[in-house]
Amino acid sequence: MTSDVVSVTNGVAGYDGRPVLRDVSLTVTAGEVVAILGANGSGKSTLVRAVLGLVPLSAGSVTLFGRPARRFRQWHRVGYVPQRLGAGSGVPATVAEVVAAGRLARRGILRPPGRADREAVAEALRAVGLADRAKDPVATLSGGQQQRTLIARALAGRPELLVLDEPTAGVDAVSQEAFAGALRDFTAGGGTVLLVAHELGPLRPLISRAVVVHQGVIAHDGAVPDPAGHHAAPDHDHVHPHGPEEPAGLWSAR
Amino acid sequence: MSLFQYDFMLRALLGALIIGLAAPALGIYLVQRRLALIGDGIGHVALTGVGAGLLFQTSPVLMAVVAATIGAVAIELIRERGRTSGDLALALLFYGGIAGGVVLVGLSDSTSANLNAYLFGALTTTHPEDLITIAVLGAAVLVTMLLLRPALFAVCHDEEYARVSGLPVRALNLLLAITTAITVTIAMRAVGVLLISALMVVPVATAQQVTRGFRSTMAAAMALGLFAAGAGIWMAAVADTAPGASVVVLAIASFVVVTLLAAGWRRIRRSRPQPTPVPEPHEVVLGGS
Repeated sequence: MTSDVVSVTNGVAGYDGRPVLRDVSLTVTAGEVVAILGANGSGKSTLVRAVLGLVPLSAGSVTLFGRPARRFRQWHRVGYVPQRLGAGSGVPATVAEVVAAGRLARRGILRPPGRADREAVAEALRAVGLADRAKDPVATLSGGQQQRTLIARALAGRPELLVLDEPTAGVDAVSQEAFAGALRDFTAGGGTVLLVAHELGPLRPLISRAVVVHQGVIAHDGAVPDPAGHHAAPDHDHVHPHGPEEPAGLWSAR
Repeated sequence: MSLFQYDFMLRALLGALIIGLAAPALGIYLVQRRLALIGDGIGHVALTGVGAGLLFQTSPVLMAVVAATIGAVAIELIRERGRTSGDLALALLFYGGIAGGVVLVGLSDSTSANLNAYLFGALTTTHPEDLITIAVLGAAVLVTMLLLRPALFAVCHDEEYARVSGLPVRALNLLLAITTAITVTIAMRAVGVLLISALMVVPVATAQQVTRGFRSTMAAAMALGLFAAGAGIWMAAVADTAPGASVVVLAIASFVVVTLLAAGWRRIRRSRPQPTPVPEPHEVVLGGS
């Protein structure tokens, strides 16, 4: 067996016939913390969604824990943190109820939750600093706290691999720090992380490798590139448009 | 009430109570999914089944279950695949279902009173065997909704996450479609095709104004459904009103009362000086009802 946790070989994917990923290969080994960077529309989110099987590959292959993704069934080993909580439908749900959904991959759908499940939920909430909000409706939380709820949900399943899609986009500083802390604990326990980010912020010291996706291909795979231009300013606002006209530097590093 | 000494009233009451309990237990998932009106669509399709049953002189309820299930599965498959043509497909099912039902009922020898019974409900004509059907199917729906609550909640709350959790998302969605069809068909006896969604959706809309979690919303909605069903049948017995419509009127009245009380309570709380920051009251968005 190999220690490859995630492996994408010559992956091609797109939406409605428009190619987004063009011949991408990527390997993440156990214990690594890999950041996928890139401008909006570069294909970085599509890459992780393809890894998780949410976007089908039109060519190439994905393996998870050494097993072809198509035949992979041990989903309790994977924790997924989406970009944001879906738009609320009005039916309230408490923070603990949302986080408890993270136990389903481990427990199966028929077994009722037991003590181990409740303990895992409480521990995950403590890890992200939301233990005191467990009984509050998620809709009353700030965006950053909702994001922390989602990482708690992923952690509650005690996964070996965390896949995060822009976890800190639009998240306040307190939540970003809480996020970085939870991630640090996770990697200290031997966990593997694959995360998509627009900018790294407080997560930067945790990253062991950076992969830059540019126009559907991998433009850089190695050390975390230094922020260039005004990106380097510690508190710059991300209000400028992204796209092909992105200034040379970070995204075009090769 | 002296009227409840008659067997037919007792049967009506029992049937209404079972449906009052089961319909919101299912409806909460539909509201969460923003499919609050799906019950109406499936009800229209069920009417074609009723028509077919009357025409071929087989059990209309059985045929309605079959037609509603086919319709519900079709809607689910359309939802899963294309997003763009979804509402058009729904419209086709809605109108095709009701028109087909009316044509088939017309072709059969039954009277328009027969059609009315399915359009507006006819609880007081519930036969003992109907009651057994309602009890068995209602219990099946209730047990499924309660037993699979964590999984169904996960799928309705965040379908992609459920997929990555390895849940059988498609099977759960189809299960939800089929149980909706079954609930619609048994509720058709009680409140009629035209009011079916009310019992599934209105108690949920009422409950979620005062609850904080999914489980408590479900429990409160079931209690409200039970209350509306029981009080509605009592009102029908006392005031000689149409039972199905009475149940729905009471459900809506509870909604109005709870909305006003909740708004008043929020106003009082806001005007009071608060020593410690309290989380904002939950914003109420009605799930399309």
